[in-house]
Amino acid sequence: MSTLVALQQLGSQVRRSRVVLVSGGILLAIGVIALLGPLLSPHSYLDTDLDRRLLAPAFAAARLFGTDDLGRDLFVRTMMGVQVTLLVAVVASIVSLVIGVLYGAIAGFVGGRVDALMMRAVDVLYALPFIFLVILLMVAFERSLFLIFVAIGAINWLDMARIVRGQTLSIKEREFVDAARLIGVSPIGIIFRHITPNLFGVVVVYMTLTIPQAILVESFLSFLGLGIQEPQTSLGALVNGGVSQMEQATWVLLIPAGLLAIILLCFNFLGDGLRDLADPRKQAT
Amino acid sequence: MLRYASMRVLGAIPTLLLVIVIAFIMVRAAPGGPFDAERVLPPEIERNIAHAYHLDEPLPRQLLRYISGLLDGDLGPSYRYRDYTVSELIGSALPLSFRLGLIAMSLALVLGVGTGLVAALRKNTVLDRLLTGIAMLGISVPIFVIAPLLVLGFAVYLNWLPAGWSSSSGISRYLLPVFALALPQIAFIARITRGEMIGVMASDFVRTGRAQGLGTWSIVRYHALKPALLPLLSYMGPAMVGILTGSVVVEQIFGIPGLGQLFVRAALNRDYTVVLGSVILYAVLIILFNLLVDILYGLLDPRIRRR
Repeated sequence: MSTLVALQQLGSQVRRSRVVLVSGGILLAIGVIALLGPLLSPHSYLDTDLDRRLLAPAFAAARLFGTDDLGRDLFVRTMMGVQVTLLVAVVASIVSLVIGVLYGAIAGFVGGRVDALMMRAVDVLYALPFIFLVILLMVAFERSLFLIFVAIGAINWLDMARIVRGQTLSIKEREFVDAARLIGVSPIGIIFRHITPNLFGVVVVYMTLTIPQAILVESFLSFLGLGIQEPQTSLGALVNGGVSQMEQATWVLLIPAGLLAIILLCFNFLGDGLRDLADPRKQAT
Repeated sequence: MLRYASMRVLGAIPTLLLVIVIAFIMVRAAPGGPFDAERVLPPEIERNIAHAYHLDEPLPRQLLRYISGLLDGDLGPSYRYRDYTVSELIGSALPLSFRLGLIAMSLALVLGVGTGLVAALRKNTVLDRLLTGIAMLGISVPIFVIAPLLVLGFAVYLNWLPAGWSSSSGISRYLLPVFALALPQIAFIARITRGEMIGVMASDFVRTGRAQGLGTWSIVRYHALKPALLPLLSYMGPAMVGILTGSVVVEQIFGIPGLGQLFVRAALNRDYTVVLGSVILYAVLIILFNLLVDILYGLLDPRIRRR
């Protein structure tokens, strides 16, 4: 089964799943608005205006979400927060995807003692209290988006490696792998040209499930003030700002908190829906 | 069983050592020393400070010194609160966090199992859909969104419960933080319990029980409950991690002077020894708890031991 066929099959199934369509559609809409919204607004995410602090949301003054305690426009800041949140989630997931797929494919394909050793290492890493080590990482080094990508990617690849290894074990028994070996393709060539393309379906499904985890870690760090740094912002940092203002201005909390909740819910529904589609046992019922 | 238990204990030791080494090296590899943020000091004084804190020794030596200190319960001095050792700071913050976590965990187990059972026994009814939907919400929405919303609703609008942690409000100040801490775990436990219970209720021995004329309640109570709840034990480890990370957020939001608040303040102030000590304590708690769960699992389910 080639990558293209797998993609087409997934596509035709997706069209039949309402959960996947609705949650995917909402996420797409949020993403597009977050990208285009700031361009259409007359305000910038940086400009403070102490005369216009904590303005309530109003359509007339192009203040859709009002302003925060420094008079910065909350619509632009929230959209920027969504951008950062989504960016971190996608990039961190790609980092974990690359590490996890390579590690899992190599362990599964080579097999034997190497496999046992590599998976034992994953088990040991699994037992580490990663979230606290990530906080330590953010304390010890200059906080940057790059560090956040690396930190979150470092947590999430473990699950990916396990799943990919399991898949590789079954793929490598197939005839086309034997055929490739017979005509003299090198092991590295087999892993890259013949095994990884066939992991596509599983990996896509699993990635939609790691994205909400990545969002959770990033917004957790930013909420504590250990993630993204001012004047840049993310949804977690905006929620933190909202907590300190909620007695005077509820919208400063409710808007980013609501958006974060919607985004996470949609990703979870999307991931669950895709997993159900990809799982042949569930299709039968 | 003894062999199984001792294997588990031996397995936990390398993990623990790995955490300590990684954490220690990470802190030492940080660019700049712990006192860089302050005013520039003459080189002699800087040397003296480095010497007093053993920062001038080679790294492996420092690591050994730190580990041997750990065995005595000595986590070194705090770099920010000069009059306190890390052990004193953690010791004074830990009991409160421990109490909160324990209440939250108990609440999560009782409410989670209860909700899951109700949903499973009323499978595919409106009630089940409602409970499953709420559980999805509790799983997806992070605690730092849930907790402020609870404060906004119950403290700011309704004014039923205190928003902060003043001693004048007595026992009622526990309600919101504990509930916020427990809510995500209630959701997870309910989802697991529901799934397991539905599986068990479809099994042969339950059908036999029904054929013998047993009522639903006695089937659940005497036959189905134990096998359905056993898999929950393996979720206790992740639940513990959830409560610990949650307490960091909840203590921040409610201003509770526990370990979580100490940890975040130290992290923001770059108080390296306190952060290092807290991370290691969290790691020890998590690893020990997982060990306990593993051994308990082996006691309850003989199949596990033979693997």
